[in-house]
Amino acid sequence: MITKRIIPCLDVRNGRVVKGVNFENLREVDSPVDLARYYSSCGADELVFYDITASAEDRDLFTDILKETAANVFIPLTVGGGIRTLDDFDRVLKCGADKVSVNSGAIRDPSLIAKAAQRYGDQCVVLSVDIKRVDGKFTVFAKGGRENTGIEAIPWIKHCVKDGAGEIVVNSIDTDGVKKGFDLEMLEAVCEAVRVPVIASGGAGCIEDFITLFKNVPGVDAGLAASIFHFGEVEIADLKEAMQKENIPARILGGQQQ
Amino acid sequence: MIAIIDYGVGNLFSLNCSFKAIGEEAVVTSDPEILRKADKIVLPGVGAFADAAAKLKASGLEDVLKEEVAKGKPLLGICLGMQLLLDSSEEYGNHKGLGLIKGTNRSIGEVIPENYKIPHMGWNELLYCGSRHPLFRYLGEHEYVYFVHSFAGFDCEENTIAIADYGAKITAAVAKKNVMGTQFHPEKSGDTGLKILKAFCELKEEDLC
Repeated sequence: MITKRIIPCLDVRNGRVVKGVNFENLREVDSPVDLARYYSSCGADELVFYDITASAEDRDLFTDILKETAANVFIPLTVGGGIRTLDDFDRVLKCGADKVSVNSGAIRDPSLIAKAAQRYGDQCVVLSVDIKRVDGKFTVFAKGGRENTGIEAIPWIKHCVKDGAGEIVVNSIDTDGVKKGFDLEMLEAVCEAVRVPVIASGGAGCIEDFITLFKNVPGVDAGLAASIFHFGEVEIADLKEAMQKENIPARILGGQQQ
Repeated sequence: MIAIIDYGVGNLFSLNCSFKAIGEEAVVTSDPEILRKADKIVLPGVGAFADAAAKLKASGLEDVLKEEVAKGKPLLGICLGMQLLLDSSEEYGNHKGLGLIKGTNRSIGEVIPENYKIPHMGWNELLYCGSRHPLFRYLGEHEYVYFVHSFAGFDCEENTIAIADYGAKITAAVAKKNVMGTQFHPEKSGDTGLKILKAFCELKEEDLC
């Protein structure tokens, strides 16, 4: 049986890992390569690296870090942040990324997903969407959650899947950083709309939040979080064990007792 | 030395690194001479079947590959590289494969339940078929490997050495003498995957009858 994936997300700036609470107040954590290696050894099923650098020099630093990580960590690696063109896809794929996540880039260039899926395959293209309720409607936000695009989220996601997005990361701005659990209602709506894997992001504060997620929204394939892993509030090995106890399929390192 | 065939399909950085991580010398190459000199050959691949099959043919490496396999050199196909080993593919039309292992590449959508996602993406348990193949000699029970695919080998029959349960039986690995293939990505399957690559590197003639 396929397992539910647990994915730590590493926001990388100036070669270091940071995590924004509600996308602001960035705080430094640790070396991305060390953290990636650590998470892999704890049983993380996949890693996401978000490049939140601004300058070209920082971008080079980011790709160096990506290469070093891919040379040492043998689990799938998704890269996002600043992906606007096919050249951006090419740049990170060459450095060892397996999947590339597009967010604002897909809004700016509506043909980007189709072009990328055609060249690299659907499995390579991840659509990341920052969603917030505006007047009761799920609305897409751009630029790290700062800009209301006025686009309705569900039709947008359906459109991108039709174009070839092979996986969706749903990041609820309403629950991000609040640590009171994932946005089950929003995730349910996305899972009903598409047949590609859906990754839940935003709101995890404890192990129980992941259990609630997987039990209540069976369509969700993975749970993504950042700070709770970085600050050791949730240990991935404990989380996996708790999932197994609750009969949620989980990959336990070193084979599984049954 | 392990030769990883570079025929312009997909990114081989991680695969190359994974061999380094287990202390094996691997070369990413499109040079027929290196394929001839190599102890073992890896055929990787991501993307569309027809495109990959055409590129392999156009590179001139298909004939070299077949010659080396005929001499008994071990070959490991990974993901699309595994699918290419089969007789044919029904991915967007009918296409000929290398015909090294019997079977057809078809959409998993034909067999999986409607509430299962396509692609089959993520970690799934490797279920061994028959007596355990030497590729899996370092693995225990209940080992998980990483899959990402929408098509898979069908009708591989006795050449199927492992399957995965995705609401239906999905071919996870095939082998026929010195030709082997994994639908999953050993280079992305953590320690379990590295152990499979190590077993491949260590295969001897007597393992492959």
